[in-house]
Amino acid sequence: MRRMIAVLSSIMIISNIALAAGPGSAGNAEAGHQFWTKQYTQNSEIRSCASCHTANPRQSGKHVRTGKSINPLSPAVNTLSLTDPKKIEKWFRRNCKWTLGRECTADEKSDVLAFLKSF
Amino acid sequence: MKTTLFSFSALALLGILIIGGGVAMSDSEREPGHEDDDRWEHLQRRSTGVALTTSPLYQEECGSCHMTYPAGLLPVASWRRIMANLDDHFGDNAELDAQTAMQISDYLADNAADTSKYRRSKQMMSAISQSPDQAPMRITENAYFKREHDEISARVIKQSGAASLSHCNACHQRAEQGSFNEHEIWIKGIGRYDD
Repeated sequence: MRRMIAVLSSIMIISNIALAAGPGSAGNAEAGHQFWTKQYTQNSEIRSCASCHTANPRQSGKHVRTGKSINPLSPAVNTLSLTDPKKIEKWFRRNCKWTLGRECTADEKSDVLAFLKSF
Repeated sequence: MKTTLFSFSALALLGILIIGGGVAMSDSEREPGHEDDDRWEHLQRRSTGVALTTSPLYQEECGSCHMTYPAGLLPVASWRRIMANLDDHFGDNAELDAQTAMQISDYLADNAADTSKYRRSKQMMSAISQSPDQAPMRITENAYFKREHDEISARVIKQSGAASLSHCNACHQRAEQGSFNEHEIWIKGIGRYDD
């Protein structure tokens, strides 16, 4: 019995690690919220997710350079948002590089997704 | 009295029907069919604009950040260079997966200004003094474009709400449809703008 519990708990730990590393992990909405407004300096510009998307993901954003309107990312007001995994990855790759100067980590991505889905 | 009123109404109704029918008839005579409408639109765009954008992929991938610039505004060489440097796209990161980038690049090259028969494309090409290979990557740096916009002051641009002249459709209301007809210019705070 003890052995079975040990095996079960190790399976659970392993699967938790796998979840945390994968893009499908639950994420921490609070950490995602902080990340959303965290400012980075790139090319002497201060940039954050909120630069284009505004601090409130329920609101429409505006591309800082072209002025083109951006639909709200919160699925609560935009049912089409965050429905296509390929699209999500594409925009993370582009926008993380623009904002942070590097790709986002798996944790950062899942935190942001958790924040957007909870907002 | 009631009968008179009734016959008057009946007459009036008959009149409306006849006139209405007449209008409908003359409309159908005057107005060309739907296909002719498209033809008219096509001819008009050909003489005042550039070819219509026909790639939904290009519209989706590029149009989500900025106006979908019709391919006929730049030569092949400029499009190829733009598409080869999407990681630094005028200061922004606009990376695409290799296959999507290639499909869009091919669409833009196939529809570029070089061989277009549309008026504005021909004029953009004729203003490129150096070989098209060295053509500027920015539409706004083309000599013909500059000449056409030399009277637009910074104040007018600001008033229009555009960040710069790159925002074609702030004034050219049907720019995304390839139409740059002067009569379609409408500027926020100014209204219709006669060149």
